[in-house]
Amino acid sequence: MSARAPGARLDVRALSKTYVFGGEALPTLERVELTAHAGEFIALIGPSGCGKSTLFRILAGLESPGSGEVLIDGAPLARRLGAFAFMPQRDALLEWRRMIDNVTIGLEVAGVRRAAARAQAAPLIERFGLGGFETAWPWQLSGGMRHRAAFLRTVLLGKPAMLLDEPFGSLDGITRSELQQWLLEVWGEVGSTVMLITHDVAEAVFLADRVYVMTPRPGRIATVIEIDLPRPRTLAIEESPAFGALEARVREALRTAAAPALAAGGLRRD
Amino acid sequence: MRKLLRNAWPPALALVVLVVAWDLAANAAHASLSLPGPWLVLTSSWRDRGDLGAAMWTTTQEALLGIALAIACAVILAIAIDWSQAARRSIYPLMILSQTVPLIALAPLVVIWFGFGEAPKVALVALFTFFAISVGMVQGLGSADLDTMNLLRTMGASRRQILWRVRLPSALPQFFTGLKIGVTFSYVAAIFAEYVGAYGGLGYYMNVASHAFNTDLVFGAMIVTAVLTLALFAIVTALERAVIRWRPREELEGSW
Repeated sequence: MSARAPGARLDVRALSKTYVFGGEALPTLERVELTAHAGEFIALIGPSGCGKSTLFRILAGLESPGSGEVLIDGAPLARRLGAFAFMPQRDALLEWRRMIDNVTIGLEVAGVRRAAARAQAAPLIERFGLGGFETAWPWQLSGGMRHRAAFLRTVLLGKPAMLLDEPFGSLDGITRSELQQWLLEVWGEVGSTVMLITHDVAEAVFLADRVYVMTPRPGRIATVIEIDLPRPRTLAIEESPAFGALEARVREALRTAAAPALAAGGLRRD
Repeated sequence: MRKLLRNAWPPALALVVLVVAWDLAANAAHASLSLPGPWLVLTSSWRDRGDLGAAMWTTTQEALLGIALAIACAVILAIAIDWSQAARRSIYPLMILSQTVPLIALAPLVVIWFGFGEAPKVALVALFTFFAISVGMVQGLGSADLDTMNLLRTMGASRRQILWRVRLPSALPQFFTGLKIGVTFSYVAAIFAEYVGAYGGLGYYMNVASHAFNTDLVFGAMIVTAVLTLALFAIVTALERAVIRWRPREELEGSW
């Protein structure tokens, strides 16, 4: 594959964020610590509203951190906008652009000429199962194809780290497992560092090298679970006892993380 | 084609009924002067086709120039309003204000300022059509999807890149809605300006004809105005389809 983007080490250090709503402070993230080594795949899992997406918005540069820092290969980032390849929950394809022009938009924004951008995308179109649909409008693509196009757009950015925010959240189960398997293959070829948000335990265990379990708001890292399943992984691994045991550990960690909040009489002012 | 026929027969039938009713009324009244029948209108107007055609051409030029001026102003101001808070606060109220003044009362003034030539007509057409186009444009720019714009920001896109790649394309459907509303006023506005003072055009033609009690010619000019306005509307609709190619066809064809 021609789009190799060797991964970078990514560190999040003591990241906190507090919003103020109607004069009241609402702590959303509390001293979040994460590490993704170069070329690693890490997953972030937690109940909805725990601040996972806020963390991504901060990493991607859409919001400022309250405190803490983000390091790439050990160095603080001067400008986060444009530093990561971000894939939002919704595919956010531009409906007025044909598929090929949607996947190359990042290159275009970076100043690559349209013809050169297309040439760069061409060899990957087939690999992403989009062959023959170059000139299709987004509404003509299936849900799975839209996601693959959105992912190709992300890969083509050629950044050393990718942030995937629940990329498969809106898909049906079958399409979803197909895409998970395929994502692993593509990731193996691209080689970049990946950070994935999910609230699907099986997805986290199947994809990641390490799973970070977050607490309900304010989001903290409650537990880190190493996923030592061998790679390359195929969907068959989901039937193995080791997989089941890891899944059970993540589930248990999620329950424990949520327990203090529940014990304190439900979620505080959610 | 079959769909076109299926869609066309109800309005065609309604039109036939209207013309027959008109004919019956004109005959019953025996008043060829105050209410000329459709046949008389048709034959008289055809006989006068030289003058009528010239008037049509003059008014069409004024209407088209006025619309072009309105589009240019509306797009530039809408982008300015969209771009800067200061522009929004200062220009937007003025835009709305421009629509609250009785434009009809403005017509004689415009003629006094710009004379009897084409300029006052173009100005008045622009004033009448500007508002719908600009409001559509402002709304359209504002309707751009936030997630998509944020995604482009994470790619390092500048505000200008986002304007060109997301906001302007997002604005197109509403721009065309505004334009369709706008163009329906264009001929009427031009004719009104001509009525107040002109050397040509449909308004002048109607004015002269009615003073000479040629009511058949007045009716003829009215019908021509309606047909021209409809044609302009159809052209804008066709243009909209040509520009907004990315939507599924059914969505554009409406819900017949």
